[in-house]
Amino acid sequence: MNKTLNQKAWLFVIPVFVLVAFNAAIPLMTVVNYSFQETFGSNVFAWEGTRWFKEILHSERFHASLGRQVIFTFIILLIQLPLGIGIALTMPKKGWGVPVCLILMSMPLLIPWNVVGAMWNIFALPEIGFLGNSLNSLGFDYNFTQQSGDAWFTTILMDVWHWTSLVVLLSYAGLNSIQPAYYQAAEIDGASRWDIFRYIELPKMKKVLTLAILLRFMDSFMIYTEPFVLTGGGPGNATNFLSLDLVKMALGQFDLGPAAAMSLIYFLIVLLICWIFYTIMMKDEGRS
Amino acid sequence: MSLELKDVEKKVGIDTHIHSTNLKLEKNTINILLGSTLAGKTTLMQIMAGLDKPTTGEIWFNGENVTGKEVQKRNCSMVYQQFINYPNFTVFENIASPLKITGVKSDEIKERVGKVAELLKLSAMLNKKPDELSGGQQQRTALARALVKDSDLILLDEPLANLDFKLREELREELPKLFEDRDCIVVYATTEPQDALMIGGNTATLLEGKVIQYGKTLDVYNKPENLTSARVFSDPPMNIAEINKNGETFKINNNNVQWKSNLKIKDGKYKIGIRPHNITTYKEGNNSVEINGKVLISELSGSESLIHFTNGKLNWVSLSNGIQSKNIGEETKLYMNIDEFLYFDQNNRLVNHG
Repeated sequence: MNKTLNQKAWLFVIPVFVLVAFNAAIPLMTVVNYSFQETFGSNVFAWEGTRWFKEILHSERFHASLGRQVIFTFIILLIQLPLGIGIALTMPKKGWGVPVCLILMSMPLLIPWNVVGAMWNIFALPEIGFLGNSLNSLGFDYNFTQQSGDAWFTTILMDVWHWTSLVVLLSYAGLNSIQPAYYQAAEIDGASRWDIFRYIELPKMKKVLTLAILLRFMDSFMIYTEPFVLTGGGPGNATNFLSLDLVKMALGQFDLGPAAAMSLIYFLIVLLICWIFYTIMMKDEGRS
Repeated sequence: MSLELKDVEKKVGIDTHIHSTNLKLEKNTINILLGSTLAGKTTLMQIMAGLDKPTTGEIWFNGENVTGKEVQKRNCSMVYQQFINYPNFTVFENIASPLKITGVKSDEIKERVGKVAELLKLSAMLNKKPDELSGGQQQRTALARALVKDSDLILLDEPLANLDFKLREELREELPKLFEDRDCIVVYATTEPQDALMIGGNTATLLEGKVIQYGKTLDVYNKPENLTSARVFSDPPMNIAEINKNGETFKINNNNVQWKSNLKIKDGKYKIGIRPHNITTYKEGNNSVEINGKVLISELSGSESLIHFTNGKLNWVSLSNGIQSKNIGEETKLYMNIDEFLYFDQNNRLVNHG
């Protein structure tokens, strides 16, 4: 038996290797390179070992922005998931209302992120913005450029406006895939509206909701553009989330070593949380 | 106990889904709704259950008008073609669900679920979830959920259609037994005449939203009121031809096939309906007539042979026992059992057997 050796297949894999190398492996390795060394520019490097990692892990500044980030993401998920499911449940299932609702829902998703930031910045300005002006004339002391509470409120409101649609669209798709017979069977059993939601709709939406939570977690945990344009991390450091802080450290202060170490830690945190979450959510699926 | 539909009609927009229907189903009967897809079987069942309201007409249950009564307040259960169970409940919880909602005590739930589970051979799977079961077991679970409740009305909407052949045969045999000593009305929708014949009970033939005929299953089969009912209740499709009667001689139009019969009907034009299993490759019964056929297709179905053949303008199907292999294009001789012929007048009404 003489098997002919054919290595041509490798040719077809080369483009993928090149692409992945350029968009993931090489940049990542550059960051790794920076994170273990001190650089003084003009390509002079000095070995530092794990010094930057230790420094970041013990830095109060990192703890503070990580804390802000966790709270922000938590609030975002807490609002957007129930709200998104709720909206999806009330959306029409047939007729002319369907395309209208779907288009309305997709609109915020189609707007470039920095435009969203700029829009909300103008919208919320205390003197001239519609939101800011209205709130102030209603007697609220609202100024998102000076009061941290207001800055948080505005940032969260902006993110809810921008991203709830994604949860809505995913939930809507999930709901539409449930056969009408399920609803009828439950009605015949005498199930209430809540029972139907709890025992049919929710389990049947499990997969799309897992996806929605993952996507919303990652995106909100890495949020950068919108708060950068809206608040720039201020007032003070009130809305200085992880990405904003990272960019300030890397490009503002030019602390390349610590910034590289921070981005690796940041990356690992996102990866770890996603993995844990996915494993837990998919545990039941594995059995069958 | 009885369920009565009085002049029930269902329209959606300009389409009429159910034409004015009168139907009375009695206690302790299995009633089969037989018709092809879109004949209105499911709509009719949904109206019976109260999942859907008729556009006009009334539904009476036990002498009470229940037309607008919500489904939750009626005592009925339904099994679907798709295997519908609560996805994250175990089999036990699934079967128990209708009882839990109505507030039955947990001891009693255990006992009743246990009984039904045994009846449907699910005892070993009570702790599994639906997606760990085979299709047959999933459908058994759905059936158990329908049976555990002691409903007055049990609706089965093509419950066997999504099962594979063997499971279907098995469950079809068990079904009539499950309902034997139950105080309820069972309605069973199917597209397959075979189902109706095996289950027995009463049959209503349906076509395009109309109930064509309702009566004891064998009566409907043997004495279809008209050609439409006969066609609905025949699979493979019934063979039909225009014939002419002259004295005792019957002759297929534009064809030389003829036979004699002492059937007492006026001379003139008629239509004849012959079920495929009454045309065979061997003689059956005492009176048979020969017909020549050119084989179009010959196929085996289990231990039966289906032969599609042409004779002049006729394009017919015959069904014989055993394996009868024929070549395509082969000229063959077939025998038709005269005693089983169904004669219809020009208005398509049955004229013999009655």
